[in-house]
Amino acid sequence: MTLQQTNLSVPAKRVTTTATVAALCAAAVMPAWAVEVTGFSAAELRLFTEKPAFAGQKKGSGLSAVLQPEFYHRTEDGLNTFAFTPFVRFDRNDTDRSHADIRELSWIHTADDWEVMAGMGKVFWGVMETKHVVDIINQTDSVEDVDGEDKLGQPMVQGAIFRDWGTLRGFVMPYFREQTFPSRDGRLRGGIPVAADSPTYDGGLKQRTPDLALRYNHTLGDWDIGLAHFHGTSREARLLLGADGGGRASLIPHYDRIDQTSVDVQLTSDAWLWKMEAFTRSGQAERFNAVSAGLEYTFYQVYQTDADLGALLELHRDDRATTAPFNPLDEDAFAGVRLTMSDVDDTTLLAGIMVDTNDKDRAFSAEFSKRIGQRWKVEADARFYFAASPSSGLGSFRDDDHIIFRLSRYF
Amino acid sequence: MLLNLKTLSLAAVLAVWGGTSALALDAATVRAEVAKGTPADKIGLMIAQKMDAIDDGFGDSEATLKMYLRNAQGEESTREMRNKTLEAADKSVGDKTLIIFDEPRDVAGTAFLTFTKILEPDDQWLYLPALKRVKRISSKNKSGPFMGSEFAYEDIGSQEVGKFGYAYVKEEPCDGAKSCFVVERVPLYENSGYTKQVVWVDAERFIPLKLDFYDRKKDLLKTQTFEGYKQYLGQYWRAGNFKMVNHQNAKSTDLTFGEYQFRIGLEDSDFTTDKLKRAR
Repeated sequence: MTLQQTNLSVPAKRVTTTATVAALCAAAVMPAWAVEVTGFSAAELRLFTEKPAFAGQKKGSGLSAVLQPEFYHRTEDGLNTFAFTPFVRFDRNDTDRSHADIRELSWIHTADDWEVMAGMGKVFWGVMETKHVVDIINQTDSVEDVDGEDKLGQPMVQGAIFRDWGTLRGFVMPYFREQTFPSRDGRLRGGIPVAADSPTYDGGLKQRTPDLALRYNHTLGDWDIGLAHFHGTSREARLLLGADGGGRASLIPHYDRIDQTSVDVQLTSDAWLWKMEAFTRSGQAERFNAVSAGLEYTFYQVYQTDADLGALLELHRDDRATTAPFNPLDEDAFAGVRLTMSDVDDTTLLAGIMVDTNDKDRAFSAEFSKRIGQRWKVEADARFYFAASPSSGLGSFRDDDHIIFRLSRYF
Repeated sequence: MLLNLKTLSLAAVLAVWGGTSALALDAATVRAEVAKGTPADKIGLMIAQKMDAIDDGFGDSEATLKMYLRNAQGEESTREMRNKTLEAADKSVGDKTLIIFDEPRDVAGTAFLTFTKILEPDDQWLYLPALKRVKRISSKNKSGPFMGSEFAYEDIGSQEVGKFGYAYVKEEPCDGAKSCFVVERVPLYENSGYTKQVVWVDAERFIPLKLDFYDRKKDLLKTQTFEGYKQYLGQYWRAGNFKMVNHQNAKSTDLTFGEYQFRIGLEDSDFTTDKLKRAR
């Protein structure tokens, strides 16, 4: 079994006050004598192998530090839990990558066949590994990593009922979280930086316009099925040319109101996982559709060792117009391998290549992780971009090949 | 119609008889069957059914587990987890289990849900707390190491009678009991890493004391010993320690059980992917 975990991931200024309020709330609801404190701290070195492509970007390695404690309390009867998970990163090079967030500040009441949750939290939907097509509740914390797996805490109220015919879950999200973007001095951005702090919204709507979502999921034998609808502000922004506060050319994020209906399915059979995610979305230019499908086959205990070798293949299609938010994975294929050593240190390697079958861009990525002793973990992620031309989908990342080394201490 | 009724009642009588006879089996009966020349597979199955019958009706249980992994150099690492089990009401399927990991810290909060089947592949889901993601996983990996230990998934899974074919071997003195019945069992489910297991069963209490595992090449691979048995609710025996020694790589793993609780009121609704997310 791979007990693989990726590091979890509200811009700093706003968050300082929010965090203070949250900490006070947390202190009020969680009796100090019963709070379980866990979490991790990490030191990270992001090495770029080439000189930056754009003016303003800082050269050299990016050193940063991360802290994510987790305060947790479960009531005696086991029915209520309180969790508070602040997150902070200090990055030497990228001022906007230095940021803090509340990943979770929640109360959850779980009964036999129903559940309510209120606060900030994270919800994951989907089955694919290389693109999270239907996952929409949380905003992506883009400055954390390019894989889209780090998310900002989402304020919400959730209610769920568990029945023989499946689980039905409703979400009301009263506050919209804006996407994070690298600053002018940061790497892994487009030629024109994004003014993340001054977005515009559809029809004068604001961050406080509530979003709604409904999800149904069920297991039928070997099939795991999810159906969902989201009505609210798009997590993906359209980037419109404008100027930042200082009058410099910038991209201004514009958030549209959208309706998105989605389906995600996994069939688990023998050593095969067959996966599919798809959605149809209206509200951003013309209605468009996205579909991803893939498989994972695992060879267990290869060559009479304990190691398992998985082969992954995923195909992504998205027929959105160029006026819709930019999506680099519009016509892409991923092929990769997952090596799980099944050793004492949980050593794993996931490596593969994503090829854009349309504009011929290629991106290579590898993620390695290994525990050291009981408390430490080392990780190394490498990402190399082979852009067909400076104007192709990956063009702006053409000089951003990088390797990340991370040493984490868990407590 | 009449015929149907008759068949039905006969089946019912047989079922009741089968159940009570399994529970009524004792050492003297086994010895008498051996003396009578009853086929070895029949005696082996009788012993397995008795072992299963005395464990019948525990309902649900919870325990804390600690694993101590040692390599050939004697270096040790530890695992801590909690285990919840729900006995299957329906005998055509196996138990449901939930394992929540506490140590090492980087995997703390990870939870593992299994719906055991008899010969069909189990259903398994893994919850990854950092991503808040529930993943359905393939259960084909029966013979792979559990958490890097010397226990394979199939060793820690629920040991249903129908998973094996049996053959009685002999009776002999053994550690931990006056006398043991030695029974060979061959996995009938797919993807087992073993060609054969040999189990030493306490002739008085009908609980396993030692288990030898033979690999795909039919060589002795591992030996598991069961120590520190305690009886709960006046009936159910649980070992306090499983000791697994791998003879081929000189590694070993001790798995200790503590804080056993029975009939705490767990239900099917506690063993779902939704509850897996909240298990912690």
